[in-house]
Parts: sequence; structure tokens; C-alpha cells
Amino acid sequence: MASAAASDPASRRPGIARTVLSADDITRIVSRMAHQILEKTSGGAGVVLLGVPTRGVPLAHRLAQRVHAVEGVDLPVGSLDPTMYRDDLRLRGVRPLEVTEIPDGGVDGRVVILVDDVLYSGRTVRAALDALAAYGRPRTVQLAVLVDRGHRELPIRADYVGKNMPTSRRASVAVRLREIDGADGVLIVSPEAGLTGAAADPGELP
Amino acid sequence: MKGHLLSTEDLSRDDALVVLDTAERMARVAEASVRKLPTLRGRTVVNLFFEDSTRTRTSFEVAAKRLSADVINFSARGSSVSKGESLKDTAQTLEAMGADAVVCRHPASGAPHRLATWVRGSVVNAGDGTHEHPTQALLDAFTMRRRLGRVDGLAVTIVGDVLHSRVARSNVWLLTTLGASVTVVAPPTLLPLGVSSWPVEVSYDLDAVLPKSDVVMMLRVQRERMSAAFFPTEREYSRRYGLDVDRAATLPEHALVMHPGPMVRGMEIASAVADSARSTVVEQVANGVSVRMAVLYLLLGGSGEVS
Repeated sequence: MASAAASDPASRRPGIARTVLSADDITRIVSRMAHQILEKTSGGAGVVLLGVPTRGVPLAHRLAQRVHAVEGVDLPVGSLDPTMYRDDLRLRGVRPLEVTEIPDGGVDGRVVILVDDVLYSGRTVRAALDALAAYGRPRTVQLAVLVDRGHRELPIRADYVGKNMPTSRRASVAVRLREIDGADGVLIVSPEAGLTGAAADPGELP
Repeated sequence: MKGHLLSTEDLSRDDALVVLDTAERMARVAEASVRKLPTLRGRTVVNLFFEDSTRTRTSFEVAAKRLSADVINFSARGSSVSKGESLKDTAQTLEAMGADAVVCRHPASGAPHRLATWVRGSVVNAGDGTHEHPTQALLDAFTMRRRLGRVDGLAVTIVGDVLHSRVARSNVWLLTTLGASVTVVAPPTLLPLGVSSWPVEVSYDLDAVLPKSDVVMMLRVQRERMSAAFFPTEREYSRRYGLDVDRAATLPEHALVMHPGPMVRGMEIASAVADSARSTVVEQVANGVSVRMAVLYLLLGGSGEVS
């Protein structure tokens, strides 16, 4: 999901923030996901990890590190910015563009695993699939997300889910990673009681 | 960015940096196997050119098409403009056709500013008289940043027909905003009267300035805009202000030689210098597409409100 603005919804919205995953939780989850990737791809054969900016990119690197620690294989890691493929560009001001960095060797014939922090409407993933097609034709595309908060608007599901987190549409989920935010943690920010009428559609905020 | 790109003089440092950063992302698109983005699908960009320009018009056209915008080329020749239609009537026609952006080149300084008050879409100045050519300056700054890693702190020397050059004006404002120090070198007759109020150093001695320059930007002598004799002979101009091989050798090793094109080889720049490794002439053309994609994206890529 990773709103390109990379701003922290928790600090932007008035409300009550509740920590749902600690730094240790995230470490354990990433470790488990790395194992699942190895299991499902027969030891990471032909796998390329592509993080969706902003927070999908450090997550992709962490998965690669864990895979390396477990199996000793080095998976290529890159980033894929879906911004210019979004279907909601006209719904708000211009979004800043992020980096797309396809690893050497490309994506043709590879098993590409898209990595993002939060899966919500599924629109970011759809845009990322289109963006990926511009760079080649992978054999398979899979999706890994740290948090799946539900409320899909498109027929998209993740292959690797760190944590299923049923949420209200009015709440927002804020993933914090030390590479970007200085510390790890996942927060759910609920709108303050009594502000229900003012709660705007959170759109695609993570 | 606000709704139009009319000049670099009123472009803030932050806005200029956003354009350069966005252009950097756009340049990466050229590396993909499919070099087309759906970003501006359904938007219409009109190239409204009242002056001949293959280079700039094509560059805007390629940029718009890579972003999937529809492009309409509207040139003064062969259109109702040659039958006497006013700029305002042309603008209203474009407005009625639903142009989301108008890229305008006009021989009169200020024409795009007027146009911007008449149309609802965004106006991009693609060169107006001797006033400004903002996308050229942005692509020049982008080229410097890609080659030398920064613009801030660079010593940039602009040489030649500064009097008639909108490229020089746009570069002076933009490069100064971005922290470069600019020196203009020209015969006194080819400097504008108000140059003393510009944030630049003025020199008449190219040889003295070259060894201290990180970038030297050569301008074409615009014969078509010259109504009087500004220098005795072309040969004398070329001798004193042309960048020949011997002069280029006095530049620092890392220094760039730039030219906005079209070049007159043998006049302001020697062929061997134009084709040398420090010349960025061809890169500037490629970078022009990236910068214009960035400008179109920033003007048309959102809802139109400031994010």
C-alpha cells in the first residue's frame, strides 16, 4: 500500500494509536515469511524480490537477509514504483514518484515476489502488476505483505501474509520500520470516539 | 508546482528540485523494455507553435506520448493563425477542444503569460521571444546534476548571444536559484542593457574565465533576430568567443561543454569540441524528454490541487 507520500498516518490523524505488533513480533514474522518463501519456491530458485516503495523496499531487503541466513542463497532485491500506473491519480494532488530499481538479470522467466507493508484495497498491487509488465514477463508473480487488513476492492490476495489484521475502514494501519522511521512497530489508529461523523474515507491509506 | 510553467524566474528552489527529481525517475522509464506509461491517458496536450522548432516540439511530443497523453500539433503556418486569427481566438478554440495543457512557443515575449489567463488548462512556455525557455534551463540543470552530481556551487559560464537568448535568461534564474554562480561572456553589443541587475558576473574575456568554469554553455548566434550589426565579422566573433580546441583544452578536466542546439559548427563551437567526451549535446536532447515528462506529470498527473 505504502502511500507514496510516506507520511505517517498516525501523526496525521487525530485518534487513538494502539501498538499491535512490536519490533520483536516483526522480526519473528519476517523470519517466518522467509521460511515460507523458501518452502514454496524450492529454496528460492529463480526468485527476485521487488519491494513496493516506501516500506516494501526495506521489508524486501530483510526477507533477503533472512533467506541468506537460513539457506545461504542471495536473492536479487529491487524496488518497483507503481505510482504512474495507479487508477486513482486524479483523485488527489500529484504524487511524488519513487525509485524503480530492477536488479541485473531482469524479471523475464523469474519468480517475482512483490513485497509491501500493508495490503488493503489491492489497488497498489494491481498498479504494481502493470508496472512490472513494462520490465518483462516473469514466470510467476507472488505477493508478500506484512499486514493484510482486509477490505479488498479487487480480486487480489497475498501468497505470504505476516499478520491478518481485521480493521475498520475508518481506522488506519501504520507500519513503522527502523530503516525509515527509526524504530519497528505496527500501530492501528482508530478515530477518536465522538468523531465518527468526521471520519473521512481513509481511501487507500495504509 | 502551480498550474503553469511560464518562467524559471518565479520558480522556487523546492519546485525546481521536484522537477529534477521527478525527471530522474522518468529517465529510468527509458530503461524499461516498454517505454510507455498509462499515467496521462485521456489527457490532451496541444503543441501550439508560432515559431519553427523541430527539436523542442518533438521533445514535448515524445514526452507526452510516453505518458499516453493525446498530442495535437498546432503550428502557425497553414492554420487559421496565418489567416489573421488572434492569439486569444486561438486560445478559445483550444479551450473548446478540451486541451488539458498547451505547450506554447511564440515570437512575442510574454505571450504564454497572456495565454495562461485565457485557457483553463496548464500552459507550458516552450520559448517566448527573448524572454524565457524554462524547460531548456531545467534540462540543462538536470544534465549538470547527472554528470557532475550537483548544481549547487558550480561555476557556470554562458557564452555568446545573451541579448537574444531566452535560454540564457532561463538558465541565469534557475541556476542561481539552485546555488550555481553564473558568468556571462559576450561582446558588449550582445549583452542586454539590464544585465547589471542580473545575479551574474559579466566578462568580455573568454580565455580568462574558462579555467575557472565547471560548465561552459555555448549559445548560438541568432542571426534571425539580429536587425543590426552586433559584431564586425563572423570570423572575428568566432576567434574571440568561439570554443575551439585550444580554448577547450584550458577547461578543468571535469568541465562540461553544453549547447542548447541547434549548433553552428565552426562558428560558436568547433566540431572536435562538440563531439568530445565532455560535450553533453546529445545527452541534453535525451534529458529534454525526461524533464518534459516530469513537467507534464507534475502539471497534469493529479487532481489539479496542490497535494
